[in-house]
Amino acid sequence: MNRILFAKTGRAVFISHLDLMRTMQRAFIRAGVRIRHTEGFNPHPYMNFALPLSLGVESRCELMEFALEGEAALADLPGRLNAVLPEGIEVLDAYVSDTKFKYIKWLDIEAHLFYYNEVHQAEELAAFFARPELVTEKRTKRQTASVDIKPLIAALEVTDAAPNELLLTARLSAQEPSLSPAQLLAAVEQLAPALKPDHVRVKRLEVFDKDMNIFR
Amino acid sequence: MDAVLERILLKVQKPARYTGGEYNQIIKDKAEVDLRMAFCFPDTYEIGMSNLGLQILYGAINAQPGMWCERCFAPWGDMEEEMRRAHIPLYALESGDPLTEFDALGFSLGYEMAYTSVLNMLDLAGIPARSADRKSLTPLVFAGGTSCVNPEPMADFLDLCAIGEGEELDVEILTLLRKAKKEGWDKPRFLREAARIPGVYVPSLYEPSYNGDGTLESVARLEGAPEKVTKRVIEDLDSAFYPTKAIVPSTEIVHDRVVLELFRGCVRGCRFCQAGFAYRPVRRHSTAFLLEKAKAALENSGYEEITLSSLSTSDFKGLGELTDGLLAWCEPRKISLSLPSLRADNFSMGLMERVQKVRKSGLTFAPEAGSQRLRDVINKNVTEEALLNSCRIAFEGGWNTLKLYFMLGLPTETDEDVVAIARLAEKVLHVWREYAANKSRGVKITVSTSMFVPKPHTPFQWEAQAGVEEYLRRVKLLRESINSRSIVYNWHEPHVSLIEAALSRGDRRVGAVIEKVWRTGGKLDSWTDYFSLERWLDAFRSCGLDPHFYADRERREDELFPWDVIDLGVTKRYLARERREAYAGRVTPDCRVKCMGCGADRLLERGDCDE
Ligand code: SF4
Repeated sequence: MNRILFAKTGRAVFISHLDLMRTMQRAFIRAGVRIRHTEGFNPHPYMNFALPLSLGVESRCELMEFALEGEAALADLPGRLNAVLPEGIEVLDAYVSDTKFKYIKWLDIEAHLFYYNEVHQAEELAAFFARPELVTEKRTKRQTASVDIKPLIAALEVTDAAPNELLLTARLSAQEPSLSPAQLLAAVEQLAPALKPDHVRVKRLEVFDKDMNIFR
Repeated sequence: MDAVLERILLKVQKPARYTGGEYNQIIKDKAEVDLRMAFCFPDTYEIGMSNLGLQILYGAINAQPGMWCERCFAPWGDMEEEMRRAHIPLYALESGDPLTEFDALGFSLGYEMAYTSVLNMLDLAGIPARSADRKSLTPLVFAGGTSCVNPEPMADFLDLCAIGEGEELDVEILTLLRKAKKEGWDKPRFLREAARIPGVYVPSLYEPSYNGDGTLESVARLEGAPEKVTKRVIEDLDSAFYPTKAIVPSTEIVHDRVVLELFRGCVRGCRFCQAGFAYRPVRRHSTAFLLEKAKAALENSGYEEITLSSLSTSDFKGLGELTDGLLAWCEPRKISLSLPSLRADNFSMGLMERVQKVRKSGLTFAPEAGSQRLRDVINKNVTEEALLNSCRIAFEGGWNTLKLYFMLGLPTETDEDVVAIARLAEKVLHVWREYAANKSRGVKITVSTSMFVPKPHTPFQWEAQAGVEEYLRRVKLLRESINSRSIVYNWHEPHVSLIEAALSRGDRRVGAVIEKVWRTGGKLDSWTDYFSLERWLDAFRSCGLDPHFYADRERREDELFPWDVIDLGVTKRYLARERREAYAGRVTPDCRVKCMGCGADRLLERGDCDE
């Protein structure tokens, strides 16, 4: 399957997942590359995103696979697409891959945590995440379940970035089960409310398979 | 991006409306820009971005070296609340700079119900609503658009109005403003000079006075302001700016497609239709030009749909050639073509097949009135036979939903005319029974009505609106006259139409009402989420004015109107004649059959209309 690796940063973080599909589809048309469509009454394009990205989250490791009508030189594709994409979406690579998105297992993220009214040290937050278990309430449609998110964190580090800003980097389980950055921070809110930041800026950095090899 | 704004954007609905950054937005280097304008649309992003006028003027102004035009829309209530709480002033999308940093704010006034949003947007930017309270030259606050054909209700808030088509006029205004800035003119001097540009109306140079009965007595002109402000038109459309690099929104908007404007104006002369008179005379693009621009617009946008837009698209000479050419290009690329505003009378089989080829979209006909008598009164030259014939073609072609639009409360309307709407819908249903290609899926005929709003610069500008109670009585009569379950009846709520009528023929005193409504929380009044009849009635009361004086009062033929200062080409004498013809039930032929001398040809240098 053809695949692109792309970044989504700046103003583009407010483009929702649904809008991103439309945006990509149109960008391909503008680039003069035709995505193949399904047959049938309501044809839709063959395109698929690896891990849907939440609104407001930056990323430099988004993956999208797609099928083309006819041949197209993948080597040219990043340049052609970048010329016609909206601000903040940048294609970094285009290639053919035979891996499957379901083999993505880990996701590296960084989160800038801003505290407007008080100062917190990196050690405080690091100590919180060092607890042997982190049992949080996860609300599903009908019930709330308690989950220990600790096993879903492969690595986590906190450093002081600025007087009122901490930098958290972590490797989180990407799927089955997934631990989103939002859920990670929800744990802070639930279990250590004093450490809850006023604002968080999250960025996805890289995706890995179960053997910790970079996934492409 | 500012962290406070970023935090807010994560809380509000559809934040992509507030970020800019779309493909084809224009970013200029501020060091090379000496005039900055914000195109302000007093409605939501989704509505404003669907507006062809915005895309045209954005492109035309940005084509000028040294001028940078950005966009600004009215935020939805949740965003406004957050912005006010965080003290974030209203900003333009491209640069994110607050509106106070701009030289000019140009508002697009397409409909009266947007007036309160203009005031609200100014306030959100920290700019005084009233022109008199804005002492400095910049930001200059001006407006253009269809509602400006009667600028008086907004006169107190606008520094000037651009009357007619803006491609050239807006650039002339901005060029003068640039000169004024450089030479350090004060605002009164600039406005005096601007008033000399043909098409510019400067409200502060006109002082109305009123008779005891509330009608306009006279209008004093100050400082040599022109007696009439004549609408500007682009004579040769093919040589004017045409948008082929429209901004492609990153989030869904109302008309998410390429809009191809075929011509401006309309040859028909339907007597209720403001656009039909306001945009005269007809000027068209050549077919070759349109084909070229359509391809460019599709390629540059990546849209998979194109729609042909004009007042009466099927009147376009060479429509067959154009649609054939478009389809030849669109079909292999799986781009669909849609044709809105088809007239029921010349809806040919061939045309329908062309549209059908790519995608079946809903079909809408607007007979406007149920009886032939009333259709003759309004000069809607559609016969029942032609309508039914068009329906037959549609049903044979496989369509099974059809919408029919009507107005209730047209001048001279009787109960028979109302009941005739039901009878007409039944005849359409009968045609379906007889000719439908596939009856198994059933049929749905939707009848919609709205309350007629008499508009300035039309033959019905002297007429009284029917009134809310009378409209509702006629709605009930119509509802009771419809007997089939295949015919669905939707009626539009009349309260907005009442206020729209009061505003559209309002005078300068109505400005106080608009301000009062805004001060008591009014904004985005075309949305039922925000419109409040009570708020409007209270505001009229507290300003000592009566909405019925403006909406449901029949005017004397010689009454001086607040909008008489605006010359749209069509003369008041012609409109009065057309009104008499309406009462006589006589139709007026369209411009192609015979020129009736409406006066709009005076706007052309060449001197006569080519249709
Ligand atoms: S001048 Fe004659 S042809 Fe031209 S718009 Fe008026 S009626 Fe039509």
